[in-house]
Amino acid sequence: MVTTWANRRRTRIDDLATGRSLGADALVRLRRNPVAIVGAVIIALFILVSIFAPWIAPHDASQAFPELQEGLRPDVIPGAQPGFPLGSDQNGRDFFSRMILASRQTLLVGVFATVIGLIFGVLIGVLAGAFGGWVDTLLMRFTDVLLSIPSLLLAISIAALAARPSQTTVIIAVAIVGVPIFARLLRGSMLAQRDSDHVTAATALGVKRRAIVLRHMVPNAIGPVIVQATLTLATAILDAAALSFLGLGDGDPARAEWGLMLANAQAYLDVRPALAFYPAIAIILVALGFTLLGEALREALDPKGRR
Amino acid sequence: MTTPLLEVEDLGVAFTRKGEPDSVAVDGVSFDVQPGEVVGLVGESGCGKSVTSLAIMRLLPERGVRVSGSARMEGTDLLTLSDSAMREKRGRDLSMVFQDPLSSLNPVIEIGLQVTEVLKRHRGMKSDAARREAAELLERVGIPDPRRRLDSYPHQMSGGMRQRVMIAIALACRPRLLIADEPTTALDVTIQAQILELLKELVADSGTALVMITHDLGVVAGLCDRVNVLYGGRIVERAERHRLFAKPRHPYTYGLLGSIPRLDAPPGEDLNAIRGSVNDNLPWASACAFAPRCPRALEKCTEITPAPELVGGRFLRCHNPVPAEA
Repeated sequence: MVTTWANRRRTRIDDLATGRSLGADALVRLRRNPVAIVGAVIIALFILVSIFAPWIAPHDASQAFPELQEGLRPDVIPGAQPGFPLGSDQNGRDFFSRMILASRQTLLVGVFATVIGLIFGVLIGVLAGAFGGWVDTLLMRFTDVLLSIPSLLLAISIAALAARPSQTTVIIAVAIVGVPIFARLLRGSMLAQRDSDHVTAATALGVKRRAIVLRHMVPNAIGPVIVQATLTLATAILDAAALSFLGLGDGDPARAEWGLMLANAQAYLDVRPALAFYPAIAIILVALGFTLLGEALREALDPKGRR
Repeated sequence: MTTPLLEVEDLGVAFTRKGEPDSVAVDGVSFDVQPGEVVGLVGESGCGKSVTSLAIMRLLPERGVRVSGSARMEGTDLLTLSDSAMREKRGRDLSMVFQDPLSSLNPVIEIGLQVTEVLKRHRGMKSDAARREAAELLERVGIPDPRRRLDSYPHQMSGGMRQRVMIAIALACRPRLLIADEPTTALDVTIQAQILELLKELVADSGTALVMITHDLGVVAGLCDRVNVLYGGRIVERAERHRLFAKPRHPYTYGLLGSIPRLDAPPGEDLNAIRGSVNDNLPWASACAFAPRCPRALEKCTEITPAPELVGGRFLRCHNPVPAEA
């Protein structure tokens, strides 16, 4: 990963010759960043595992196996044995298959919560940044209220409002936590765009307001929001796991979900710590992967890094 | 004399702030532009030349700015026009080129889209026709391989090329008036000359009137038919170009022309800089703003505002002008 100055110099000249767009340029710099590679590999593995989970998992995740159940004692949970690489969980089910299938839940909740949060956050941010005035004041005070509550506490409060905790309420709760972050970020960079020379120039050419906002302001302002989305994915996954851990998710014991598995493992911590260890490591790794990629993305898209 | 294309009368711009006295940037500026004419607005930084142009284009922020007077273009006062009517006029009837060509182009979209955007907006062209027209426009401003360049991004072009693109966009709808706010300041000298030559050619071809805003007297000498010299937000002298350069009457104009370094000056000779800075200005209300820096200042210059006079086809605001025969 060592790039000599001369090499870097040469590639830069090549870049100029071939003529790349800002995005392609960022991609090139991303590929040279080891941190980004590590993050991307973790995420790629995670996504592949969740897509192919039913084929990778050797057993049905919700089924208890007699040969595992036989070994269950109040003070013993069977470890690895032929056909069950990570041994049994507290109910005699295949722990390995459950770990694999749980990745789907995590990906689903993380992605949906982030995307929903992103959509509403961007909507609010664009409205506030484009109109300014009282629209801006109103929307920003609303986001201030949301931001003033610690994010996990907010998620817990929203999830607790639901009559019946389910996966959907977890997604909604985590999404709402993300909304003010996106809204505020986009609004800020929209305001910076509003005073920029190229927006003034477009105004001087009589470009319509709607086109100025959508074509000249939003595309230039959205960069930091995309980066934030990658970072928010990590927090969304952590928050969702935390909600499950606290019993605010779907409580169905048959369902495999890392946060829930972690919560259930608590009672058996001294019997078989691996039951807590693996889900915890999985959550940390995935969150780390998104954080690494997000940070690297931010560096790559930073205009000051373009030298 | 034909009816003027643009008639700016008693234009005033003040920046207001609660609890503070207004800061007056432009004060009673009047000038006109004939169809197809090239008019210069010259002065040092802070003399109000850019603010004048932004006021005419209605590009100043609405809050904290007070604009007075009128700017009539073909009889319509631009300053009182509705926002939507002004948006229709901008780019179609009057257009503007800015100082920094890199930051004036949208960095994330291709050049082609930025040219066709205006064509679609004001000339109602469809995508294909607009793209063909855009390539022709780029060719006209001297961009090689224009068809391929349509897909380029601003950062892939040199400063001179970007300014050519800006000019192409500004002239895309054949406006009758183009305001160029120091269009060559951000470029190096050889490119400056090319861009000026291009501007001159284009406005002559299309009959577009040009208001050239600059602090560079070389630009004025090569381009303008008439020149307005601004000082401290007011016009202090206006004359036809040759007359102004041959016989500057206002001490400020005289000083500006005298401060240009000359190749034929004897070695070691000091440059004739105007002493002091704009910070020394007196308020116009009861004095000549230039008096503290003026080598010809009289006692009354710090007490009485000099009234504008017309002397032999020349507009002058001075108590003690440089003698005409000097």
